[in-house]
Amino acid sequence: MCGLAGICDKSGALIPGEVIMKMMAVQRDRGNGLGAGYAGYGIYPEFADHYCFHMMYDSTEAKEACDIYFERNFRVDRNEPLPTQKTVGIDAGPILWRYFVTVDDRIIKQKDTTEQDYVVDAVMHINTAIDGAFVASSGKNMGVFKGVGFPEEIGHFYRLDEYEGHTWTAHNRFPTNTPGWWGGAHPFALLDFSIVHNGELSSYGINSRYVEQFGYHCTMGTDTEVVAYLFDKLMRKDGLTVEQACRALAAPLWSEIDRMDEADKAYYTALRRKYGSAMLNGPFAIVLGTSEGMIALSDRIKLRPLVAAESGSIVYVASEESSIREVCPDPDRVWTPRAGEAVVVRLDRVSRKAEVA
Amino acid sequence: MKDYTQPEFHVDIDYSKCHKCGRCVGQCGWGVYKFNERPIPDDSKCRACHRCVTFCPAHCITIKKSELAYRENANWEPQTRKNIWRQAATGGVLLTSMGASRPQQSIFDHLVLDACQVTNPSIDPLREPMELRTYLGNAEKGPAIKIETPLTFAPMSYGAVSLNVHKSMAMAASRLGILMNTGEGGLHADLYPYQDNVIVQVASGRFGVDPEYLNRGAAIEIKVGQGAKPGIGGHLPGEKINQEVSVTRMIPQGTDAISPAPHHDIYSIEDLRQLIYSLKEASGYKPVGVKIACVNNVGAIASGVVRAGADYVYLDGFRGGTGAAPAVIRDNVGIPLEIAIAVVDQRLRDEGIRQQASIIAAGSIRSSADLAKAIALGADSCAIGSAALIALGCHLCQGCHTGCCSWGLTTQKPELTRRLDPEEGAQRLVNLVNAWSHELQEILGALGVNAIESLRGSRERLRAVDLDEQTCKILGVKPAGM
Ligand code: SF4
Ligand code: SF4
Repeated sequence: MCGLAGICDKSGALIPGEVIMKMMAVQRDRGNGLGAGYAGYGIYPEFADHYCFHMMYDSTEAKEACDIYFERNFRVDRNEPLPTQKTVGIDAGPILWRYFVTVDDRIIKQKDTTEQDYVVDAVMHINTAIDGAFVASSGKNMGVFKGVGFPEEIGHFYRLDEYEGHTWTAHNRFPTNTPGWWGGAHPFALLDFSIVHNGELSSYGINSRYVEQFGYHCTMGTDTEVVAYLFDKLMRKDGLTVEQACRALAAPLWSEIDRMDEADKAYYTALRRKYGSAMLNGPFAIVLGTSEGMIALSDRIKLRPLVAAESGSIVYVASEESSIREVCPDPDRVWTPRAGEAVVVRLDRVSRKAEVA
Repeated sequence: MKDYTQPEFHVDIDYSKCHKCGRCVGQCGWGVYKFNERPIPDDSKCRACHRCVTFCPAHCITIKKSELAYRENANWEPQTRKNIWRQAATGGVLLTSMGASRPQQSIFDHLVLDACQVTNPSIDPLREPMELRTYLGNAEKGPAIKIETPLTFAPMSYGAVSLNVHKSMAMAASRLGILMNTGEGGLHADLYPYQDNVIVQVASGRFGVDPEYLNRGAAIEIKVGQGAKPGIGGHLPGEKINQEVSVTRMIPQGTDAISPAPHHDIYSIEDLRQLIYSLKEASGYKPVGVKIACVNNVGAIASGVVRAGADYVYLDGFRGGTGAAPAVIRDNVGIPLEIAIAVVDQRLRDEGIRQQASIIAAGSIRSSADLAKAIALGADSCAIGSAALIALGCHLCQGCHTGCCSWGLTTQKPELTRRLDPEEGAQRLVNLVNAWSHELQEILGALGVNAIESLRGSRERLRAVDLDEQTCKILGVKPAGM
């Protein structure tokens, strides 16, 4: 059992970090103090075009090794400790640092790759090859703040009240399959994608072998990271839309596909065949944060709770309705998304762009 | 020359119960019984096929292992001595049939499956959907074959088995939404109504192959090798080539049907590629699979096969059955299926071509447990030959090559083949496949997943008990407790 929450203002207006902290405080008993975290989008407007690496280091040696790695492979425009404050209930964690970096075009050309692939390779390299160094997030104008503790304490520790973002996701963890450690808390992030996840992927074994074929390495011993890689693969590399990716990951049942008209039948059969090994199976509810908004999705037979609500331009999702009512007592609409049906929230500017296109 | 071997079995008839009806005399395909007021068995001819036992109305026949004592010698087992006597008497290769029967370790028996408890819920297949549908072929483009459960019937040729066996499999396959496979003996006209559920095979003898044949199948399979006899061709004796077999195989009646060891137009991988594409051209681009025996280098071979354009690779493990093979080959050549699945699946992933082709695994899939484990190791589907024959009555007496099968399966003698009613045979096969499918659904439910693709290649859900570290590594399976 875990708790999760997400909030997104489609208008792009910024929401203070306190709001998502409040949403999580209500869900305290869905975790056990062994992990909590937040992802915020639109939080670094002054560095909007920089990749921001949030780093966790077990030792100064790890940090030194990584400093050198960043200097060698990126242009580092700012490099500073993540602001934190002493908080009751949060024990000494890793060294927390952030780097705002850009990638030199020439390297991209020289290596015949894309900027994003270059960043993903760097993340994989740091996580697997630099002992004691761990990338918490690596996107643009976003960041992940996570650690071992309850959500309100982790939020306080990271001084989240000092940030504002158009989209926030959050997680409260009740770890059962992996020990509580800072890197293992949610959200898991890669580039602009971040995932919070309530549940356990009974299909993790094959999902991880699937992404490994494409150069992703599952290093954190938890099933959630694979979801971040899957979204990266399906959306960024294969060019699927959010909706398509969700339909691939929580595929319609064959009995449903058999009842579709010929065109849909052919489409969904092909989608399901191609992404059979990517399909997420077992109980899950996830909230995916992206630079374009937020997506919430539950498994094909809804073994985990997920509630959504709307109030003006703001959309809320959470494991429990109480969490939404805490910050928005009287929403315009509250609903329970059906099994396998994605709640897709896009920023207005993104929708407008899509319409124009 | 006097045969120095002794009977392996002792036919024990309790004459106090015997009806003297003589049914055993007629039932036995091996000519064990003479009738002289009562049935008199000749132990030396008995193969323990249990046909007589099953049909004796008085239940008074017991087949016993011969109690004849041999001087203990762990090195020179009685079977070894008998083989030498037989060869000294005949100078010939020892023939046998069905799969390898020596007590080599079965890896499947050392693998256990996972199940859910508390942190992720198991799923009840009686209440929730539990999907087994599987597609064979390139997962991203081109033709594919849909099967409703990840199981097909393994290739067994008409000629090696009777037409009624073929009909039973074809009817069952069409009712189950799965596939049967002609083997290398062509497609009898009686099977045309079921052709959408038939894989037509092209083997080194090219028996029965013409454009019409290729176009009738749902898919085409090039048979390169067979698990029971890797590297060995086939030989169907002239006695089995009756009128019907001769027409179906397109060879003269009464002549031996010899399948050469290699295809004489495939001496390297590029030749295979040309054959695959010739068959695709000839059939309007139907899926083309390639069946290979599991040998040491199976990973590289399978990779070559997939790169050559195959839509599926059929892996036949060393326990796979046969209608006839030299015992020395059957029992000593090839590698276990479990290893081959693991190696091939990983190799194709490492090369980024796993999506291009499916893997069918065969070679002694004995139960739904073997099926589930094979799929977890990386197979898309399994095929069953021996298990299908057992469902039809086969008692694994290993006498198929004699052409005298008392159960009427691996014979062309009309008095024997009519023992199998195709309608009843089909029903038995449907029952078996349905039973395994239900069991597979139970396994998936316990694993907390509701679609077969979530088990496919999910080695994390397997654990090894009593397997050495190296084997675990090759299988990609952790030991239990880890
Ligand atoms: S079938 Fe049974 S009862 Fe009939 S003759 Fe044979 S042994 Fe006796
Ligand atoms: S098919 Fe017939 S001859 Fe072959 S093993 Fe089975 S019972 Fe014996």
